[in-house]
Amino acid sequence: MSETGIGASVKRKEDKRFLTGQGNYLHDIERPNQSYAYILRSPMAHAKINGIDTAAAAAAPGVLAVFTGADTAELGGIPCGWGVNNKDGSPMAEPKHPMLAEGKVRHVGDQVAVVIAETYEQAKDAAELIDVDYEELPAVVDMVKAISGDGPLVHDEAADNLCYDWELGDEAEVNQAFDGAAHVVSIDVTNNRLVPNAMEPRAAIGEYDKATGEYTLYTTSQNPHVIRLLMGAFVLGLPEHKLRVVAPDVGGGFGSKIYHYAEEAIVTWAAPKVGRPIKWVAERTESFMSDAHGRDHITHADLALDAEGKFLGLKVYTKANMGAYLSTFSTCVPTYLHSTLLAGVYTTPKIYSEVKAIFTNTVPVDAYRGAGRPEATYLLERLVSKAAWELGIDQVEIRRKNFIPKDAFPYQTPVALQYDSGDYDATLDKALELADYAGFPARKAEAAQRGKLRGIGFSTYVEACGIAPSAVVGSLGARAGLFESANVRVHPTGSVSIFTGSHSHGQGHETTFAQLVSETLGIPLDNIDIVHGDTNKVAFGMGTYGSRSLAVGGEAIMKALGKVTDKAKKIAAHIMEASEADIEFKDGKFTVAGTDKEMAFGEIALAAYVPHNFPHDQLEPGLEEQAFYDPMNFTYPGGCHICEVEVDPDTGVVEVVGMTAVDDVGRVINPMIVEGQIHGGLAQGIGQALLEACVYDEDGQLVTGSYMDYCMPRADDLPDFKAATTETLCAHNSLGVKGCGEVGAIGSPPSVINAVLDALRDRGVSDIAMPATPQAVWKALKAAETPMAAE
Amino acid sequence: MHDFQYHKPSSVADAVAALGSGEDATLVAGGMTLIPTLKQRLAAPSDLVDLSGVADLVGVRDKGDHVEIGAMTTHAAVAASPDVPGCLAELAGNIGDAQVRNRGTIGGSVANNDPTACYPSACLALNATIVTNSREIAADDYFTGMFETALEEGEIITAIRFPKPEAGKYMKFENPASRYALVGVFVAKTGGQVRVAVTGAGQDGVFRATDIESALSSNFSPDAVDSSTIDVDGLNGDIHASAEYRQHLIGVMAKRAVAACA
Ligand SMILES: Cc1cc2nc3c(=O)[nH]c(=O)nc-3n(C[C@H](O)[C@H](O)[C@H](O)COP(=O)(O)OP(=O)(O)OC[C@H]3O[C@@H](n4cnc5c(N)ncnc54)[C@H](O)[C@@H]3O)c2cc1C
Repeated sequence: MSETGIGASVKRKEDKRFLTGQGNYLHDIERPNQSYAYILRSPMAHAKINGIDTAAAAAAPGVLAVFTGADTAELGGIPCGWGVNNKDGSPMAEPKHPMLAEGKVRHVGDQVAVVIAETYEQAKDAAELIDVDYEELPAVVDMVKAISGDGPLVHDEAADNLCYDWELGDEAEVNQAFDGAAHVVSIDVTNNRLVPNAMEPRAAIGEYDKATGEYTLYTTSQNPHVIRLLMGAFVLGLPEHKLRVVAPDVGGGFGSKIYHYAEEAIVTWAAPKVGRPIKWVAERTESFMSDAHGRDHITHADLALDAEGKFLGLKVYTKANMGAYLSTFSTCVPTYLHSTLLAGVYTTPKIYSEVKAIFTNTVPVDAYRGAGRPEATYLLERLVSKAAWELGIDQVEIRRKNFIPKDAFPYQTPVALQYDSGDYDATLDKALELADYAGFPARKAEAAQRGKLRGIGFSTYVEACGIAPSAVVGSLGARAGLFESANVRVHPTGSVSIFTGSHSHGQGHETTFAQLVSETLGIPLDNIDIVHGDTNKVAFGMGTYGSRSLAVGGEAIMKALGKVTDKAKKIAAHIMEASEADIEFKDGKFTVAGTDKEMAFGEIALAAYVPHNFPHDQLEPGLEEQAFYDPMNFTYPGGCHICEVEVDPDTGVVEVVGMTAVDDVGRVINPMIVEGQIHGGLAQGIGQALLEACVYDEDGQLVTGSYMDYCMPRADDLPDFKAATTETLCAHNSLGVKGCGEVGAIGSPPSVINAVLDALRDRGVSDIAMPATPQAVWKALKAAETPMAAE
Repeated sequence: MHDFQYHKPSSVADAVAALGSGEDATLVAGGMTLIPTLKQRLAAPSDLVDLSGVADLVGVRDKGDHVEIGAMTTHAAVAASPDVPGCLAELAGNIGDAQVRNRGTIGGSVANNDPTACYPSACLALNATIVTNSREIAADDYFTGMFETALEEGEIITAIRFPKPEAGKYMKFENPASRYALVGVFVAKTGGQVRVAVTGAGQDGVFRATDIESALSSNFSPDAVDSSTIDVDGLNGDIHASAEYRQHLIGVMAKRAVAACA
């Protein structure tokens, strides 16, 4: 293994600029003659707008323009990227998501007007002078009430607030599996709504060049080309060659920066109107009420088992909150990213899933680290543990008994996916050893002496990422392909620029991708630049989400690198006067088999650009190649997370005292970066399980609208993680990689809640919802005590 | 934030004068509470009178049976002072984070009387005296409700005097999100008298738990807390804790505080 190639824990190249304050984040960008936008947002969850008087604001000092929905109504709505059909084949309800509210506001934070001024403070001052005549309407927040038939309607065109009623599998057939079952175990779970909270708030600058007619949008995006396509084609009607989208250094996304947001369209559209670049930067309060939220499912599930504890069938009924409008990928999260994962790591032969997607007067909900897979994993792993407890089977045994065996791959699940590789016993074995499962009873006894209830919880999961084979997602309603592009430009002196459609916003691509190049071309990391985030530099890109960057974007780079080495071999053969078949390339050197002739990679690069004696009919000058890679399947990382907690029964406080994560993410390119990704994911998973909850009151006001009430995980909430990997290679890509960005957040929440329940089981507690806050634990303990006291 | 006139006086007298000059003048101490309110445009004072130039207001003075802490003394300085009783220093050292402790002041905290703040419980439990530019106010008379105090318009806290206790302990159960006190109980024994103050829980802000006080007066032990009651009426309920949960936590925190005093 080279020190800079595949498998090396190379320190992140990008960290030097990030850690020394040299990053170029959106707010660092200042355009000449820039003006500022402030967005006036709805304070109400649901109201009719009878009129907006902007005269005073327009006359306020420094104000350049004020726009409302009346000015933008002719433009397209913010589009949804994935159509889902109802059970009867009819299309989902897809009401317009206007750039600026048109006649009605539908959630607190809905954008009502934009003020553009010389300074941000002037824009904000002027916005206070806008008089909006709201007629408040009853709001609906609760999903059950929303579809009950007598709730208020968020959109007139979505009857009963239903976006779609979708299913996967044959319910009648699954019912048959239940008929012969020895046991049926049922569960009701809520997957709590989360606010993404990227460290850098969303921001955008719109700019228009009168001379060239070119628009430029600088935006905090995970996928600038996707934004160019969605905004250009669907909202503003701008052709791609006149629209440049730049996503510079971006400070975290977790999904929330995938989507096309109204503010991007507003500043781009308004730039030529005011004849100035326009900058908008969200305040943290705005982020809470305008970044797409995550999760928010309510699910009932039934599991049928035989007498020995083998799973026979699974039925899952989910209500998924869409919020007030359909965000870019919102519709595919509860369906194609959730229901297709319900086999988990188990051989359950029959599965049925129904999903009702529901509109409410809340912020739109979309993919958030894991997207659909955490929801599936949570309900499944809670259900499996519940079954074990109800049937008196050991937590580990029930899982092993139902694992897909390692010799069964490729494994076709009953829910559409075909897993290519995995070894679930291997990850479980390693996790049991790392977590010292054997020593748990002693630790529990010791904790009891200190008055603490100790519990251990498991989650053995698989997820589908490396999103995604275009043919598959296309057949399922995706309105885009999910390939990736890469361009390898070898410069005359042998340094290399890689142009990738993936986008790094914390993942370390500038290092990991460079390692692929260093390994393949045998050149040092310092000679490699990874270029991303600008539609004028990178040919095309679908961006970064769904743990796809390495498995799809990295594969595109490998494919382009293959074309480069093929071409370089041709050049080497020509110069060394050998047959192309005799050229070998290793460690950065081209050699002619059986001779001592050799040329370094750099020499070939130079020759490519100084083609004095090239046979021009056979060999083109230059050394630059483009590749598009479309994966053949999803990738399937899996693993085992074991959590150990101690509960203080006097206060309800849960302390996570152990967190072991053994994940099979396929081949590991940079172990340090993988470990970092897993640590981050675990922190988010523990945050969801114990701390984070986005709460609305009945009127649709966001109760947790700041960090005073929305609880983010902090370092002292977390234990030292034990993270390790096992490796089965992805069977359908050249690197054998699977993806590691989301596994921590997907696998861990049920392990935490199962640990809490294991701790509380002796006290008669059998259910607790996320987040298991001190108050929730105390209430559960109290409720379990009361009937016993009555006896 | 809206525009305001900025003043930086160097004496209390000048500060009082500056306060009187504007139509809606406000003091700023560490700014940890006030500045976020200004930024969110929840307050729009005409004048801001910055106390950070008044040197007399900073410092801890050991006065034998009590310590006097200047209003502009930061939480970090109180936490680090060898002259401050340990229970009080520990309380200061657990307020907010390092940035907040290096800017936030005892005077600002006591003037603000946030119902979830820590210092008010220390003032009540230690029977402190709030010293202002014009008078001295006993803690029992000072805290008059949520964000309400006995301070008159234009009155400036100059110092707070804390009698030195024989034993004392503040037990804080943090709000998981904000880490202010969800329930904080300060138990102190001073001159043979037991006082117990509860912050974070009351609808009217900090209060003395008189039933626990009398139980502890006859038997200063954790078990004695069990025999006392806390009325759930008057306790606060929110998404983090119902009134019942707060009621329960007051008992648990009081017991732990007494145990730590022993
Ligand atoms: C992130 C964070 C966490 C925090 N956590 C805690 C916590 O755990 N526990 C806790 O107790 N507090 C906490 N606080 C509050 C902190 O202690 C503040 O410092 C304190 O409440 C206000 O003090 P200040 O000096 O910043 O006052 P300022 O914000 O400057 O002023 C507050 C108010 O007091 C008035 N005022 C200030 N000084 C005087 C004076 N001398 N006389 C009369 N009026 C005056 C001002 O006019 C203003 O109305 C936290 C704050 C933050 C930002």
